[in-house]
Amino acid sequence: MSSYLEISRVTKTYTTPKGPAVIVKDFDLKIAKGEFVSLIGHSGCGKSTVLSMVAGLNDITDGGIVLAGKELDGPGPDRGVVFQSPCLLPWLTAFENVMLGVDQAFWTADKSERAAIVEYYLTVVGLGDSMHKRPHELSQGMRQRVGIARAFALSPKMLLLDEPFGMLDSLTRVELHGVLLELWRRNQITALMVTHDVDEAIFLSDRVVCMTDGPAAEVGAILHIPFERPRDRKALMEDPEYYRLREQLIDFLEHRAHERPSQAARAHQPALATATA
Amino acid sequence: MIFSKLKLDSLLLPLIGVVAFVALWFGLSATVSPDLPDPTATWVSSKPVVVEPFAYRGEMDQGILRFTWLSLVLVAKGYAIALIVGTPLGFILGLSKVATKICDPMIQVLRPVSPLAWLPLGMILFMKTGKGVSEMAALFTIAICSMWPTVLNTAVGVRSIPQDYLNVAKVLKLSRTKTLFKVLVPATLPYMFTGFRLSLGIAWLVIVAAEMLTGRPGVGGFLWQQYNSLVYEQIILCILTIGLVGFVLDRLMSLVEARFKTA
Ligand SMILES: Nc1ncnc2c1ncn2[C@@H]1O[C@H](COP(=O)(O)OP(=O)(O)OP(=O)(O)O)[C@@H](O)[C@H]1O
Ligand SMILES: [Mg+2]
Repeated sequence: MSSYLEISRVTKTYTTPKGPAVIVKDFDLKIAKGEFVSLIGHSGCGKSTVLSMVAGLNDITDGGIVLAGKELDGPGPDRGVVFQSPCLLPWLTAFENVMLGVDQAFWTADKSERAAIVEYYLTVVGLGDSMHKRPHELSQGMRQRVGIARAFALSPKMLLLDEPFGMLDSLTRVELHGVLLELWRRNQITALMVTHDVDEAIFLSDRVVCMTDGPAAEVGAILHIPFERPRDRKALMEDPEYYRLREQLIDFLEHRAHERPSQAARAHQPALATATA
Repeated sequence: MIFSKLKLDSLLLPLIGVVAFVALWFGLSATVSPDLPDPTATWVSSKPVVVEPFAYRGEMDQGILRFTWLSLVLVAKGYAIALIVGTPLGFILGLSKVATKICDPMIQVLRPVSPLAWLPLGMILFMKTGKGVSEMAALFTIAICSMWPTVLNTAVGVRSIPQDYLNVAKVLKLSRTKTLFKVLVPATLPYMFTGFRLSLGIAWLVIVAAEMLTGRPGVGGFLWQQYNSLVYEQIILCILTIGLVGFVLDRLMSLVEARFKTA
């Protein structure tokens, strides 16, 4: 399996007034092209930190990230990011928010072509009628859709999503799962999504990566989700395999997340001790 | 009941203030300051300047609104310079820590300097311009005194742009100009306009000093001339005019500012 994204022994240390704090340590993960991977873990373990490093928004302290054979250097149009809160610019309409990136990425195309791209993606996420509204006139779910459209409109090869549905009600969430999967399938995107919803992770992903608790969080376990695509939520709910996977995930989060798989091997390294002190 | 309470608060109470002020004025001119004209004398003497507000009888003998207009034009020019110089400077300070470290001590030292101190320097600076020297010096003084709130508020605004917006700009790979005009400027607008309002207040405050020292026609110049010709009544007229105009300007700017607050 050739990997599209390779995160090798990535470490993130923040300097704090109390000395260096090791948030993520020796994080290793390979993602194949077209794969959908979820990152799950307890709040504060460092999921957003890992994602923002892949996005290029956060410096890597140690280790390296290789994307499509190239060492990562800052943010780029090849990676679309959907933020935890939609982060729309409040002075622009939904249309203009999406257009902002499209104008920049496709500056060679003419104006009407670019407008067509924006309209297409806003329509796909179900905002055909509210394109010219400002964020404050949109509901939380609608804003999140704009965020998704904005990321997709740039045709990124890789999509990074930080709890994109965290703040939504379950009905909207289910609907947006459909939208996301449809766009992901059609554009053959590689996706890395942070979530702490176990059902969401299983339903969407090919693999679920469990992170251990911080400080010095790392990959604790990786679960393969074998279900055929396209997946049917109802059929899935009736599958005993679904519950077996769900149990495994919950068991990991409840009992094993605070254990370190490689603790013994690394016991001689003092960094852990200073971080927890 | 509520209506009458509202009326009491917004009409009656301010009226009490005005009456008390006029009474104090009468009292002062009748007792400790016999040279201070009382309100009746002020009115009688100011009447010609007020009832024909746009009259022109000579450079230093014009209707009060005509003088006000001249002052406003001068302030507008100086204020425009302050904004044109101050806003970009504020952006540079907000964006660059190095620039802040370089400029901050200078700004803190220059900021409290009175317009009365800047004016002579302005005269020296623009001596070569010949006849225009007094206007140039006045503009220089207005600009340099009123610039600081714009500079400082803009800088604060730029520094307090949420990291989220900057991340969006980075992720979308916006060019520098795009980031500036589509993200940084709109995000800073509310702060900028607070600065603009404060700057306008100062610009108007400075006008009197500027006109007094340069002898230019305008409310301030008129005030100074009437003082020198011992027509004290019209000094009070000028003071009231300056106050009212300042008040109106501030209100207008507040309206503009409020528009950007909600956006
Ligand atoms: N700039 C920073 N300086 C110091 N510590 C930081 C900084 N940013 C984040 N941290 C710490 O890093 C840890 C991981 O943060 P992160 O946001 O990645 O968590 P998370 O797994 O995304 O949590 P959540 O699920 O709540 O979003 C937290 O303990 C946080 O306190
Ligand atoms: Mg997070």
